[in-house]
Amino acid sequence: MCGIVGIYLKNKKYNSQLGKFLTGMMNSMATRGPDSAGFAIYSSEKKKKYKYSVCSNTDQVKEISKKLSKHVKDIKVKSISDHLIIETAMKPKKFIEILKNHEELSLVGYGSCIEIFKQVGNPKDVVKNFSLEKFSGSHAIGHTRMATESAITTDGSHPYSTGEDECLVHNGSLSNHNNLRRSLQKKGIEIKSMNDTEVAAGYISNGLSDKKSLKETLLDGLKDLDGFYTFISGTKNGMAIVRDEIACKPAVVAETKDYVAIASEFQAMAHLPNVNSAKIFEPEPGKVYSWGK
Amino acid sequence: MNLNLKKESLRKVNETLQSIDRKSNKKIFKISNPDGNHAICAGLKDEIEVTIDGHTGYYCAGMNMNANIIVNGNVGTGVAENMMSGTVHVKGNASQSAGATAHGGTLIIDGDTSSRCGISMKGIDIIVKGSVGHMSAFMAQSGNLVICGDAGDALGDSIYEANIFIKGKVKSLGADCEEKKMKKKDQNILRSLLKKASINESEIKNFKMYGSARKLYNFNIDNVSEY
Repeated sequence: MCGIVGIYLKNKKYNSQLGKFLTGMMNSMATRGPDSAGFAIYSSEKKKKYKYSVCSNTDQVKEISKKLSKHVKDIKVKSISDHLIIETAMKPKKFIEILKNHEELSLVGYGSCIEIFKQVGNPKDVVKNFSLEKFSGSHAIGHTRMATESAITTDGSHPYSTGEDECLVHNGSLSNHNNLRRSLQKKGIEIKSMNDTEVAAGYISNGLSDKKSLKETLLDGLKDLDGFYTFISGTKNGMAIVRDEIACKPAVVAETKDYVAIASEFQAMAHLPNVNSAKIFEPEPGKVYSWGK
Repeated sequence: MNLNLKKESLRKVNETLQSIDRKSNKKIFKISNPDGNHAICAGLKDEIEVTIDGHTGYYCAGMNMNANIIVNGNVGTGVAENMMSGTVHVKGNASQSAGATAHGGTLIIDGDTSSRCGISMKGIDIIVKGSVGHMSAFMAQSGNLVICGDAGDALGDSIYEANIFIKGKVKSLGADCEEKKMKKKDQNILRSLLKKASINESEIKNFKMYGSARKLYNFNIDNVSEY
């Protein structure tokens, strides 16, 4: 089943409430995916700084900071539940190599404005553990998982991020992910898990690195990704949704002058301001809808 | 009587509506704050009128018998699924599988519906004032589907004996669905359905009718090599 949600704020006055909105959306989608949950928050860009979202199996933040600062100057570490947000000016290629030497840390996403958190457990507990309510930002994407394709682990949880400031959540399953994984890995895209969605995320990263737009990449995906899916994809500039041609995985969009919200079911957005007067529609199959700067 | 889903549980509200005292005069109900909840007004069986103010989730008015249910908003998947009788009127749009497998009654949708509207319908009359998505009237067995807008791909795929009346464009027809000549009898059916939905009956001339070519009914020896 799985629940997917996304919100893009057009009006900055709501930025401080982004986390609160997403919390309500994730909580009401807990019934669709009780196994694990995750979310990506986009906030204002930090020039020449990168934020690395890392899942750690130790709570010794100080020691980790100390260890990493041997290799990296100007490092700032923030700890939230079992995640660390490491901020530094060091470029991804170099920093990711350093991270690989630390077995207790696994990278879940990075970029100049994205932060990603994911955890096994009921979504209602997960959002509490990460204090999602307190987050602010411009847009956010979330997922509640009912595991079908791979194990219930943090590695198997969404959102998946395979490129800078990118993320993807998915309701559905893909049948040709093994072949695609091999061909993407040959092209140098790093895919860590056996999960189908991570392959789709890699597919999008590959398209974007070929200088295609997100919309073009998702349209190409309709031909190349075999299976059934509703995807919400996030980038630094905004978010997009696409459903496969059969469209058996649900999605509903509510758009007002202040925000655009997407969810598997309407009940996930019933708490949003003025939603009853929003333009509410169901995305058509095989069509890409995107919002952003 | 007002029922507020912010104050009372969905189960309580549905129970109230499902166990009406038939001797009482309480026949008109209003539900506020539906907030996309699923199965609102499922399994009603008395001649009552319920107005839902807002958007509902899945299976709204499912298995309805006798009740007249009005939704001032959109509905999720499977509105009036398996309805037996009564009327369901949606003032907004409907999601997938509207009126699925329903045996009777009338479903009126003022907006559009997405895919599989009237899938496996078994006698219901569905009137959609907007357009319908792909695979509508899939395996429809009996009843009438009236579409005032357009239809998506594979309209009436594997249809049995239901009628499809459509005013707009058909993107493509499904297997074994073909255009039929509208006879007087069919025009009368369409006229009464348009009337039910308060649509001007002079529109009849703009409708086309589709139904089963009946080629999938029996095994065809010419297709033996396909098996």
